[in-house]
Amino acid sequence: MTKYIIKRLLGIIPTLLIIITISFFIVRVAPGGPFDGERALPEVVKRNIEAKYHMNDPLLLQYGRYMFDVLRGDLGPSFRYKDHDVNFYIFQSLPNSIMLGVIAISLSIVLGITSGMLASVKQNTWVDYLSMALAVVGISVPLFVIGPVLQYVFAIKLQWLPTSGWFTAGGDWKTIILPAITLAFADFGVIARLTRSSMLETLRSDYIRTAKAKGMRNSAIIFKHAMKGAMLPIVSYLGPAFAGIITGSVVVEQVFRIPGLGKFFVQSSFNRDYTLIVGVVIVYSVILVIMNFIVDVVYSMLDPRITYK
Amino acid sequence: MSKTVTEHTYGNMLEVKDLKTYFLTDAGIVKAVDGISFTLKQGETLGIVGESGSGKSVTNLSIMRLIPSPPGKIVGGEIFFEGKDILKLSESELRSIRGNRISMVFQDPMTSLNPFLRISTQMIETIRLHQTISRKEALAKSIDMLKLVGIPAAEERVTNYPHQFSGGMRQRVMIAMALSCEAKILIADEPTTALDVTIQAQILELIQSLSKKLNTSVILITHDLGVVAGLCDNVCVMYAGKIVEKARTEDLYKSPSHPYTYGLIQSVPRLDKAKNGRLFSIEGQPPNVIDLPPCCPFHPRCHKVMDICRTQYPPTTDLGGGHEVSCWLYGAGKEQANV
Repeated sequence: MTKYIIKRLLGIIPTLLIIITISFFIVRVAPGGPFDGERALPEVVKRNIEAKYHMNDPLLLQYGRYMFDVLRGDLGPSFRYKDHDVNFYIFQSLPNSIMLGVIAISLSIVLGITSGMLASVKQNTWVDYLSMALAVVGISVPLFVIGPVLQYVFAIKLQWLPTSGWFTAGGDWKTIILPAITLAFADFGVIARLTRSSMLETLRSDYIRTAKAKGMRNSAIIFKHAMKGAMLPIVSYLGPAFAGIITGSVVVEQVFRIPGLGKFFVQSSFNRDYTLIVGVVIVYSVILVIMNFIVDVVYSMLDPRITYK
Repeated sequence: MSKTVTEHTYGNMLEVKDLKTYFLTDAGIVKAVDGISFTLKQGETLGIVGESGSGKSVTNLSIMRLIPSPPGKIVGGEIFFEGKDILKLSESELRSIRGNRISMVFQDPMTSLNPFLRISTQMIETIRLHQTISRKEALAKSIDMLKLVGIPAAEERVTNYPHQFSGGMRQRVMIAMALSCEAKILIADEPTTALDVTIQAQILELIQSLSKKLNTSVILITHDLGVVAGLCDNVCVMYAGKIVEKARTEDLYKSPSHPYTYGLIQSVPRLDKAKNGRLFSIEGQPPNVIDLPPCCPFHPRCHKVMDICRTQYPPTTDLGGGHEVSCWLYGAGKEQANV
């Protein structure tokens, strides 16, 4: 197992190098550049700027220089924001996104698994219908609808919570509640439905019948015999979901005015801000690769039939 | 033989009376078990044979009240065990019987053990559910049981997971678990169907020797008449949710009375009779048991079919010596049939 973990961790390195390489070239293949605007820059100015960012060097040289910087942990200067480099923007915004994301995904795990379990145990009763109706709402109603609706009800009508803001930017801790709930909704829906179907399938399996024939209580059967097997699909869903949610959501950040990483995913592409694009891609892939690795390890802990060599 | 001794010495362990288990499906009512009665004596091994879908398994799941509901429902009958009607027990009374007084071994040992839990966990939990002993004592008992069913190196293997055992070994573990609380009745639902032929014989021998040793009554569900001949004292033949013939094993083989039983016995391949090379088979398919009309369900496949078979279900005729048959060819039915 230790050997497997080391092997997997080493395997992460080439994966990331390939991702960085592909992103580096793809963003440059896309039409347009960081300094193209509505009005073309004067020829001299453009040449000067391009020289400053080494854009006139051969592409392979640029690539080599960038890779060298990345390996040292420097994601380079932003092509668009003059004041700071890419590292600064990421380290400034990522913690906010991680904090919001962790709270949101924890909410959706706890509520999703609970309601999915209740729905499967009380199949075809009002409990089942209610939780599945909520799950469908979570999956199908977009965040930019859920967010403003929550703001309208809890911030404007009831005045319980602030509409927007962030505690590092002058707001209080309550500002995190509404965005976390909004962000949790979609994953809650998926997790609830996954839990329900996976639990129903497990409860129909032969070994559950054996447990009943042994004289076990229903509650003991569910928690001792059915839980482990039923959690496998949820664990594999959670890996990518976690990576997605802690790297921020453009919509939620816009609706609630949160200084998160999400907005850079969109803005950097619009701006053709090459280093910032590749920078956020690197952050996202590092988290995703690590999450997938954790999923595999958790899998082997849950299911004794899975052994890694 | 010992049979008569058994009948006089011991009472009935289990008495099933007019049991009816129906499945309410969208397509109609499936009468999976439709009014069957039988008794099981102490130390007796009773075989229940029949084709797939004849209601064998449903009968036994009904005894444990393990019918998945909905759609299944026990709609009538009584099942007496130790003086009480199982069908009237509360959930907690029922749980104290399951796995303790009556236990089950299922068809597929590959899926019947929980793949996520160690054998020790699964065995200890069974024992501690019904006996107030410590984990340590329960573990020791589990190891003893595993030794009893012939698991080599039981002390080490007890902490293994099910996937580390072969199919035959898993079925041994199932049997060890089923007998760990000294059950009075062991219901074995096609315990060897999923196993290799050589392993089948070992498992059946194991069930037989253990039931003698622990004085456990056994209900053996099978579609293999060869298994029945070797193991069972009495046999019930089921067809389309009904018991069509019930007899001592020797009687059944010597004089099979129901045309279906006769057909079944003829279809067993025999070394000494394979002259013309073709195996006997009963023509046709088992009937669809959804909304079955009142008739003998076997009549479309019966080579002795009469007019009355198509409109009325035959009454049960006692041929003597506990040999009962439900067919218009016998007893009171015979005269009616001739009218």
